[in-house]
Amino acid sequence: MDLITPGLGLVFWSIITFLFLLIVLKKFAWKPILGAIDERENGIKNALEAADKARLEMENLKADNERILNEARAEREAMLKDAREIKNKMVSDAKEEAQEQATKMITQAQEAIENEKRSAMAELKNHVASLSIEIAEKVVREELSNKGRQLELVESMLGDAKLN
Amino acid sequence: MTLNTLRAVLFLVFSLAIANPGFAVQENDSEDNGFNAKEMIMHHVKDAHEFHIVEWNNKPISIPLPIILYTDNGLVTFMSSEFHHDDSGTQIVEKNGDRFVKYHEKIYQLNAGVDTLTFDEEDHPTNAVLPLDFSITRNVFMMWVTMLLLFIIFITSARKYKKANKFVPSGIASFMEPLVIFIRDEVAIPMIGENKYRKFMPFLLSVFFFIWINNIFGLIPVLNGANVSGNIAFTLSLALFTFFITMFSGNKNYWKHIFWMPGVPVPMKIFLAPIEIIGMFVKPFSLTIRLFANITAGHIIILSLMSLIFIFKSVFIAPVSVGFSLFILIIEIVVTAIQAYIFTVLSALYIGSATAEEDNH
Repeated sequence: MDLITPGLGLVFWSIITFLFLLIVLKKFAWKPILGAIDERENGIKNALEAADKARLEMENLKADNERILNEARAEREAMLKDAREIKNKMVSDAKEEAQEQATKMITQAQEAIENEKRSAMAELKNHVASLSIEIAEKVVREELSNKGRQLELVESMLGDAKLN
Repeated sequence: MTLNTLRAVLFLVFSLAIANPGFAVQENDSEDNGFNAKEMIMHHVKDAHEFHIVEWNNKPISIPLPIILYTDNGLVTFMSSEFHHDDSGTQIVEKNGDRFVKYHEKIYQLNAGVDTLTFDEEDHPTNAVLPLDFSITRNVFMMWVTMLLLFIIFITSARKYKKANKFVPSGIASFMEPLVIFIRDEVAIPMIGENKYRKFMPFLLSVFFFIWINNIFGLIPVLNGANVSGNIAFTLSLALFTFFITMFSGNKNYWKHIFWMPGVPVPMKIFLAPIEIIGMFVKPFSLTIRLFANITAGHIIILSLMSLIFIFKSVFIAPVSVGFSLFILIIEIVVTAIQAYIFTVLSALYIGSATAEEDNH
């Protein structure tokens, strides 16, 4: 039957036509179209990858910031603690020194008072002794001249003399 | 689908034969006396040397096409209008001393001194020879129309991709791109593989759109005669492309699987080799037959349904005929795309099997 017998002429033209179609479309259509699609898809892929990378970087940056902040906070904490300690130490040191100074001054003062007292006592003793001797001298001298008078003298002298 | 369509065709053809058993002998009757469904259908389904559009006042309106014959004396060319629409072998055209007649869309070169064709019992001409016919027939003409249409569509599409627009298509390209991507993502990549599909994309895309557009043209009523993709010569040619591409891109692994199947015992290897070799040729053959049969079947069904009106000579059968052929026509619209897709998928599959690496078969 003719229907199922391929005609040579049509086979020939089909092959020629399709070959021509294939070559022309390949050069002027499929190559640019597929190239453009590829390029666009690559562009989209790259953009997505870049976005992913940027997001990752952002996350890293955020984590870094967090870390730096934490570190700064810890450092501040440490510095504050140090400062407090130093302050406390300084205060206590000063207190101690003042105490010491005060103790020293009191001791010195006490020593000075003691010395003064001792020297005053010594002076008083000398004074009393010389006064006694003076009185005794005068008494002795009166005694030697007038008996009555001598007694009177002694009495007046004693009245004048004041224990100072 | 294929089977059902074919079954329907056979049923219709046989029922037509029963309904009008005399039509085979009425072939040369004038149109007033009887309607010959088989002749009408075959006339529409087969190739022709002129582009017959419509019959107007018993005069055919048609586009003459060039006839190119290769005879013993070299090339002979003339326009088909010189036959004056004769298809019964009575109009003799004389060129370069050779005389030609057209009988049932075949051009015969009459022997010297003979005026009428005679045939033997096997329908071979006894007093004429068949020169090689390279005419620009109706199908060739439609093929070229399709080709031009494809050029216009896709070269325009290609121009729509501009770097400035980041290769985002506009206009017709945005309509064609999903189809191109469909062929790439659903046909080429799954069948051939991510690494090798690029080389075969032009072929797969061309074959898909060429078949599809030809199928669609076959359904347009005025062009209904141009049954390009329902012609076995056309489908055979495309299948030959698939065959040769498969042959030439076949790797070592492919040939090993054909001649010396790995992983089976030796007697089995010997047994399998002939089967595989036959399979090599059956694949393009099946491509040829599938496309041809599906498209031709669709045409025959639609034309048969229309013929019912003339067979029953009743206008009341018309709504039934029109209704049914509309139904078939809608199915055929789907079939145009499906058959183009199947041809492309199977071509990709065969190419994929020829280029597959050792580990993935």
